[in-house]
Amino acid sequence: MDLDLKYNYTEKKDTRSGFGDGFLEAGRKNPNVVGLCADLIGSLKMGAFQKEFPERFFQTGISEANMIGLSAGLTIGDKIPFAGTFANFATGRVYDQIRQSVAYSNKNVKICASHAGLTLGEDGATHQILEDLGMMKMLPHMTVINPCDYNQTKAATLAIAEYEGPVYLRFGRPSWPIFTPADQKFEIGKAWKMIDGTDVTIFATGHLVWEAVVAEAILRKEGISAEVINIHTIKPLDEEAILDSVAKTGCAVSAEEHQINGGLGDSVAQTLIRHNPAPLEYVGVNDSFGESGTPTELLEKYGLNAANIVAAAKKALARK
Amino acid sequence: MEKQSVEQLQKVCTQLRRDVLRMVHAVQSGHPGAPLGCAEFFVALYFDQMTHNPDFQMDGKGEDLFFLSNGHLSAGWYSVLARSGYFPVEELVTFRKLNSRLQGHPATHEHLPGIRIASGSLGQGLSVALGVAQAKKLNNDDKLVYVLMGDGELQEGQVWEAAMYGAHYGVDNIIATVDYNGQQIDGPTEKVMDLKNLKAKWEAFGWEVIETKKGNDMQSVIEGLEKAKSLTGKGKPVLNLLYTEMGYGVDFMVGTHKWHGSPPNDEQLADALSQLPETLGDY
Repeated sequence: MDLDLKYNYTEKKDTRSGFGDGFLEAGRKNPNVVGLCADLIGSLKMGAFQKEFPERFFQTGISEANMIGLSAGLTIGDKIPFAGTFANFATGRVYDQIRQSVAYSNKNVKICASHAGLTLGEDGATHQILEDLGMMKMLPHMTVINPCDYNQTKAATLAIAEYEGPVYLRFGRPSWPIFTPADQKFEIGKAWKMIDGTDVTIFATGHLVWEAVVAEAILRKEGISAEVINIHTIKPLDEEAILDSVAKTGCAVSAEEHQINGGLGDSVAQTLIRHNPAPLEYVGVNDSFGESGTPTELLEKYGLNAANIVAAAKKALARK
Repeated sequence: MEKQSVEQLQKVCTQLRRDVLRMVHAVQSGHPGAPLGCAEFFVALYFDQMTHNPDFQMDGKGEDLFFLSNGHLSAGWYSVLARSGYFPVEELVTFRKLNSRLQGHPATHEHLPGIRIASGSLGQGLSVALGVAQAKKLNNDDKLVYVLMGDGELQEGQVWEAAMYGAHYGVDNIIATVDYNGQQIDGPTEKVMDLKNLKAKWEAFGWEVIETKKGNDMQSVIEGLEKAKSLTGKGKPVLNLLYTEMGYGVDFMVGTHKWHGSPPNDEQLADALSQLPETLGDY
């Protein structure tokens, strides 16, 4: 299909590389930035930092619970720990450690979670966590960030190093279009309206922001004007941006690589129902686990690609 | 703080035990048994061993720092903190009450001086203390990090993750103490989940292990901590197996798990307090 996309790309790269490059730069800027990783340094792209600052990097072995505790302890000596592992092991496996030692104790720990969602691909459901955003956003004090491409992930990584407080940063494994600018300023908690529209708003996060950009072009071809808002920060949620947009469009779609239960869509719904009830359609995984496959195949099978966003937008429109 | 004699320190222990019993009795909830058994340890640390500053700074730079992993000993910790000047002794009356800084288990969000991290869910404190110790090394701070764990707590897997880490990185500025009282909520540890040979376990994990056989004798506790201190800075983390008796100091509470998490009633409190003379003045 020949589409007139509002954002385009010349290169694809994984968001975890955006994290790794941002982490190295954050380490160069601030000597208090330290790193920890539970035997996944290569997968998390933390190797360059480790090589440049070996004394500030702690390989913890396969012991995520210990890694979270160590990180909390390091903050007491004014260090800014970036603790990296797969999103599955960075959340569900260590929820109680994060809850008590990081969130409740309000420690300046950056939980850096790669390989999130279905697009992890062939490793299958054991590793494809789809519940992490929900778990993390429920924790008081926790900031939850899910950037959309390499550039945004790098910018987000630099931004959280400057921010004081616990943060969950989610990114992924697959090579993905780089469609946002390299020099972007990342404002935690500030949604980014990427495309103006009038008929329906698409609130997307993470890899699915790209699918939303594609969906907008498809909808435009069919005479539907969609607004695309990049919700890179799930918590604190930019409620003003959500309400301003829906006041104009009157209906919305949420799109995320996560369970529908407890994800971004639920946060958007809460906002709408309290201030301006309007039709909302969810694009997300509907109460199921994933499976092995390529990222493209999985997004299609579980209903998370641009075509699904288009269908959801039409459904939302019809309910206006 | 001026050095105090063993007799003076023993008096602080007696008062700490009174504080614990009165605090737990007042709200009819809390955990008296283990803090009664750890009174000598708490007092030895805060009144004799540690270089610390009751004008509390969260980062604790240039100070020895203590972390309580078994957070249910909070009543004992709060008492020793108050008695060593971190906050007014009168505040002990708020223990476990609404709007108090003295939460049932230690917490930081109320900004109680002396508390640097929440604890209560077991097994996390050794990891935290190792992180603090690593930060001290990065900051070229030569002071020590102390942490107390329960023996039942060692049933948590995370403790052994941390044990492996401490030895691997040669974190030799930490002294971890195990309150080896052989009791946990549901009964004696050997019946609930036998810890077997703890000394051999820690040694196998690469720690320098010392045993303080008389954990309710002030002189022995101090000697044990001195010995532990002498073993720091030599490339290995140090573990102090502190043999204590749960409920020590009160004849009907000693040596049983029954007072792990049960408060005394009025009559039992009176009986217990009659065995522990008021030494520093009740709060």
